[in-house]
Amino acid sequence: MSDTATENPGGKKPFERDSVSNTLIVAIGLSLVCSVLVASTAVLLKPQQERNEELFRQRIILEVASLMEPGADISELFSTIDARMVDLETGDYTDSIDPVTFDANAAAGDPELGVAIPADLDIANIKRRARYAPVYMVRDGSSIEQIILPVYGSGLWATMYGYLALENDGVTITGLRFYAHGETPGLGDQIDRDDWRQIWVGKEVSDPEGNVRIEVIRGAVQDDGGSGDSRYQIDGMSGATLTGRGVTNLVQYWAGPHGFGPYLEQFSQSDDAS
Amino acid sequence: MAETRKVLIDPLVDNNPVTLQVLGICSALAVTTSLMPALIMCVALTSVAALSNAAISSIRSRIPNNIRIIVQMTIIASLVIVTDQLLRAYAFETSKQLSVFVGLIITNCIVLGRAEAFAMKNGVGLSFLDGLGNGLGYSVILLIVATVRELFGAGSLFGFSVLPLTSNGGWYPANGLMLLPPSAFFIIGLLIWAVRSWKKEQVERADYQIHEVHRTEVF
Repeated sequence: MSDTATENPGGKKPFERDSVSNTLIVAIGLSLVCSVLVASTAVLLKPQQERNEELFRQRIILEVASLMEPGADISELFSTIDARMVDLETGDYTDSIDPVTFDANAAAGDPELGVAIPADLDIANIKRRARYAPVYMVRDGSSIEQIILPVYGSGLWATMYGYLALENDGVTITGLRFYAHGETPGLGDQIDRDDWRQIWVGKEVSDPEGNVRIEVIRGAVQDDGGSGDSRYQIDGMSGATLTGRGVTNLVQYWAGPHGFGPYLEQFSQSDDAS
Repeated sequence: MAETRKVLIDPLVDNNPVTLQVLGICSALAVTTSLMPALIMCVALTSVAALSNAAISSIRSRIPNNIRIIVQMTIIASLVIVTDQLLRAYAFETSKQLSVFVGLIITNCIVLGRAEAFAMKNGVGLSFLDGLGNGLGYSVILLIVATVRELFGAGSLFGFSVLPLTSNGGWYPANGLMLLPPSAFFIIGLLIWAVRSWKKEQVERADYQIHEVHRTEVF
């Protein structure tokens, strides 16, 4: 192996690799090369990654409504679902915004499109939300079978984003799935596990008086034949109490009066909200 | 030629980074519940190990001694980020399952260990092969562990059902323990035992000898 340090071409000073100047040159040069490499990969691959994220989000919506079939074309299947925008305050549909291009995060920060959530109502700890939100409707002919609501709120480490699917009574849960979260691998990320998600199916978000009751409890739910509180309760995940609390809070917020509450109320009063 | 062969083949069994040096165990537990993520992880780690070794070797005579670990980490970290971005673009599903563990290749002892121990002292070609060999050595173990865990834990291989599960009307009751991290420890432990029974020279000398204590020795 030829070592530059031992060569001495043209009688110049020998190459000193531990000198301050060489240390600086290597450090700066390497940082430049590496940052260009990392930045260009990130920029070049971004469009492909965003397409993946979008397809994944659509797949989650299909899965939460139990419409996903293995090997099916996601975009095609997704196009059978109706998306409409809802004004959260009144609970009415609005057509002024396109649900396909709507970005809830950007809208929440926008002074026109977003509102600050009063601190006492902000149980999901998200500070601001958009004035409008998309809802996805699964139809069978002309009647609506299921409605799918986007929900998000703080988990233990980061904001958890997911979808809550309800039957057309606006109360019975048909599924809850998260598509982005930063919960602890092995503990909090049990929210992605099939068996835990299955517990949600058939539970009820609110009682007949309209109070939001759904809750992830600590430990296992006592079986009372579905007559008592058990229909509002979800088994806790061991080692993930705080994640469970985050899930409770975000579902309660979005099903509650400052979330989709007004919409759900209108929806369950009309036989067919279309 | 013999040396080149040795550099590439040795880490597979004779000097395996997992079974002999017991490195890289953390990710071996985490990503081996099924074969697909394990395979992707192996490809990712092998390419990072090979490319970082080659890159570090190519500038080894310029790397100042006092910042050499930082330089190695910078190169490794950049390659890992590039790999992670590529996975997110072209193997999205699996990259979701691998979550943080691709990023954690940065801290994998095998990669930094080979950079420091081999790439700093050897030529580019040889260093590349050394990274490749060690990556493959890690991959062999990971794939064996993942095969056992997926087969007995979920009754399938690469997601295709091999042993029909009782939960789906078959005859095989799934072994849930196989899907939990401790099972990887057991399997790696058994593998190390098997390899050392086969290759006796890998058996380490005992640190101390247990023997009968005579009454006089106590005082």
